[in-house]
Amino acid sequence: MNKILFSSISKKFVMALAGLFLLMFLPVHLVINFLLLKSDPVPFNKAAHFMATFPLVKIMEVALIGVILIHITWGIYLQIQNWLARPVGYVSGNKSETSFFSRFMIWTGASVLTFLVMHFFNFYFVKLGLVAGNPEDFYTLAHKLFKIPAYNYIYLVCFSLLGFHLYHAFSSAFQTIGLNHRLWTPVVKVVALIYAIALPAGFAFISISLWLFR
Amino acid sequence: MNLTLKIWRQKNAGTKGSFATYRMDDVSPEMSFLEMLDALNKKLVEEDKYPVAFDHDCREGICGSCGMYINGHPHGPVPAITTCHLSMRYFKEGDTIWIEPWRAKPFPVIKDLIVDRTAFDKIQIAGGFISVNAGAAPEANSILVEKKKSDDAFDSAICIGCGACVAACKNASAMLFVSAKISQFALLPQGRIEAKERVRAMIEKMDEAGFGNCSNTGACEAECPKQIKLTNIARLNREYFKAY
Repeated sequence: MNKILFSSISKKFVMALAGLFLLMFLPVHLVINFLLLKSDPVPFNKAAHFMATFPLVKIMEVALIGVILIHITWGIYLQIQNWLARPVGYVSGNKSETSFFSRFMIWTGASVLTFLVMHFFNFYFVKLGLVAGNPEDFYTLAHKLFKIPAYNYIYLVCFSLLGFHLYHAFSSAFQTIGLNHRLWTPVVKVVALIYAIALPAGFAFISISLWLFR
Repeated sequence: MNLTLKIWRQKNAGTKGSFATYRMDDVSPEMSFLEMLDALNKKLVEEDKYPVAFDHDCREGICGSCGMYINGHPHGPVPAITTCHLSMRYFKEGDTIWIEPWRAKPFPVIKDLIVDRTAFDKIQIAGGFISVNAGAAPEANSILVEKKKSDDAFDSAICIGCGACVAACKNASAMLFVSAKISQFALLPQGRIEAKERVRAMIEKMDEAGFGNCSNTGACEAECPKQIKLTNIARLNREYFKAY
């Protein structure tokens, strides 16, 4: 049983499924974040309250945390195995033509993780009561954070790197679960490109709007 | 043309290696890369030095022996050819050429540019075959095979097991090799009978050998001298899921 669960293909399969689950969560978060652009704090706070209290969402939250942890730990585990598979590198480097962003997945992933930790301290731990703050007014909290230039710099860099991560992750996940098709794979790659640009651009738009135009 | 060669020299598996620099003058652009190395070795022997050890056999691009990493590419910078088909006309006067052995934990260096590729043999032995009763050749048309599948199976079967995919992959993954060996049977009716056992056994052996995990970078496909496609890896993944 262990051989099946821990085979290289199974590990990649788990990574891909976890990644696809996370891909579905991001647009939901973005739609809610767009409510920050309203001058009225009530819609955003209501949405945040709904997300924090609705039972089905609470179940999804547990699943989401679990999936994030699986994606991170499996990703690090796989990367360590990959490094160990080539203990001596090439002096002349690797000049093979590859998908550019695929070479840096561990590092773009690490930057997303860094942001995630910051995000948890700023919001999620406030909701859990572990960090001081008003969990019923995330609107004001978010607006205050987006007035700090350094926060915006980090935010924009991390979301750009998230875009790089998503671009490879999207099409790679389909390949890993065995869905490669002569006609559909090029379509998946185009959708991946649109997704990888649109999602971070949406988050960046909110950040820049609140930072410079409010 | 005059060239500078930086070649990995390593006495045996137990010793540490290092790069040695050799000057090669009057190299003809008509030479193949291996002939250029032959000329270097002739010179080294005449100087009473050890020749550079490198694998080679058919020199026709079909045996997969002549694997070496040249200037950042397995089999050199020209796509879809093996080192033995690499012509010196692709290099320029005054070039410095770095020549290294395949680098992967399952491919330990035996001597200079020669690596031990037994790991591939073990994967093949684990399941890269079909079990048939030997006897008279069967009637060719008794089992019909769709043309597209037959072509795809053939395109996978032309993998020569040289190891360039492992050498090129940043994770030293053997997935392209294994996927080609799985696909050549999975696509044909004769290969379906043992499909489940085959994929389980070959993946188990691949993992045991210590190859890295595929992260779909595509370097293997770009460097494969036989142009084995990444679609084989997706097929391998599907075959693996179907096997459980």
